[in-house]
Amino acid sequence: MTDFVSVANVSVRFDSDRGAVTALENVSFEIPRGGFLAILGPSGCGKSTLLRVTSDLITPTEGSVSLFGSSPAEVRRRRDLGFVFQDAALLPWRTARENVELPLEVGNGARLAERARSPEEMLALVGLADWHDSLPHELSGGMRQRVSIARALVTAPKILLMDEPFGSLDEITRDRLNEELLRIWRETQTTVLFVTHSVQEALYLGQQVLVLAPHPGRVREMVEPDLPQERGLEIRDTERFVQQAAHLRALLEPVP
Amino acid sequence: MKREHMLPAATLASLLAIWGLVVYLFNVPEYIVPSPLHVARTFTRDFGMIARNLVPTAIESFLGFFVGNLASIVMATVFVHQKTVEQALFPLAIIIRSIPIVAIAPILVLMLGNDMTPKVLIAALICFFPTLVNMVKGLSLVDPQALELMKVLSASKTEIFFKLRLYNSLPYLFAALKIAASASVIGAIVGEWIGSTEGIGALIIQATYNFDTGLLYATIAAAAMFSVLFTALISFIERRVVKWSPEIG
Ligand SMILES: Nc1ncnc2c1ncn2[C@@H]1O[C@H](COP(=O)(O)OP(=O)(O)OP(=O)(O)O)[C@@H](O)[C@H]1O
Ligand SMILES: [Mg+2]
Repeated sequence: MTDFVSVANVSVRFDSDRGAVTALENVSFEIPRGGFLAILGPSGCGKSTLLRVTSDLITPTEGSVSLFGSSPAEVRRRRDLGFVFQDAALLPWRTARENVELPLEVGNGARLAERARSPEEMLALVGLADWHDSLPHELSGGMRQRVSIARALVTAPKILLMDEPFGSLDEITRDRLNEELLRIWRETQTTVLFVTHSVQEALYLGQQVLVLAPHPGRVREMVEPDLPQERGLEIRDTERFVQQAAHLRALLEPVP
Repeated sequence: MKREHMLPAATLASLLAIWGLVVYLFNVPEYIVPSPLHVARTFTRDFGMIARNLVPTAIESFLGFFVGNLASIVMATVFVHQKTVEQALFPLAIIIRSIPIVAIAPILVLMLGNDMTPKVLIAALICFFPTLVNMVKGLSLVDPQALELMKVLSASKTEIFFKLRLYNSLPYLFAALKIAASASVIGAIVGEWIGSTEGIGALIIQATYNFDTGLLYATIAAAAMFSVLFTALISFIERRVVKWSPEIG
């Protein structure tokens, strides 16, 4: 149990003025420590909701989430969670380095001193060694997202949650960041949950791919791609990759 | 001089020229509208007296500016942390705001006597509401993702306030302070209209009663210059403090 992220029978319902919305229904899956799970599904199928349940931003209506044997709230308080948002969510008045330092300044972050990674090292890890003192508005979209990855990793979290982090980037930048993310994941051995609605991205990144279906959000299938551990971007042109991508794409079709 | 400075300067010069020309061509009597040249001469001749009267007005404006804005910043901070207080007081504040300050001025002078206090209070009242509204906006309109980030980081309310809300409010605050700077000067002058013996407001009343239009216009020009300088000072501080907003600087 303690070596897995396990989500068991999780349902999330929102009560709004226009009636109740079931965002997730009876979602269960398990991933091993150090794994990389890509969560794939069309818009509105509950991908963000799933990450928000995992990070204790909302409590599930039913079911439970266990992160290596602890509840999301405990893990959050221990500061073992890193979160990367879709549009970076950097504080515009802080330089790149100050943004990366933020997690060490709040929520008893100072007490993490002995396990925390150095902000300089984190910026170097994401390829921004020369940009410490730049303000967010002086950086490109891709660079901002790199800063936010460095910020998420600075507390050396056990689990990294990423909600469509590269969704608003151009394809070239996105490819490069995909490659770098795999390298960072290997180097830091963090467990990653990565939300995307790109089939290519999910298949390239994921050791496992969780396909969700919408209305209500539920598990369509858990796929374990048959691809080599070490993979470069060129793998996406191989027949093996193309076939499995077609399979994933078929899973995204509406269920008859 | 840069083009962006030259154009308004040219406009001002032309307006002054047209003013002078109209007064000259239509033979407007001096006690109705003085010529720009006459105003300039009075300004240099009576500079000492105008400057002496500017001092109390400036002090009242600064004090009113300080007190009014400080009060609204404190109140906005309370509003953001105590929703109940906001719900109880904010509508009331809006109602009080719609009472014209000029109309309250005599009441305050009657209540507080004829020293600086009522003038400072009027200036403070004029500053208070725009800053309150903007500060509440600035403290509450934070990026929802940044708020979620703070929650994931287990940040306390105090940390969220000092690391997120306060910085977020600064562009809003300075927008309000620039309005408040000139508004506080208006407040001080209005306060001085009622039975004061010194200050720009008192000088305006005196000059009007004596049909001394040259002095009247020169006094108004002095008040305007002071107001512009005050606003420029705030803009200057804003550029030092708010460096991150790409549209500024
Ligand atoms: N706070 C909320 N209140 C009410 N309904 C919500 C709330 N959050 C999400 N929902 C609903 O839950 C469903 C799933 O939303 P969610 O944001 O998790 O989808 P998503 O898969 O992340 O979509 P996208 O790819 O567009 O980001 C949607 O129908 C949405 O309207
Ligand atoms: Mg989403």
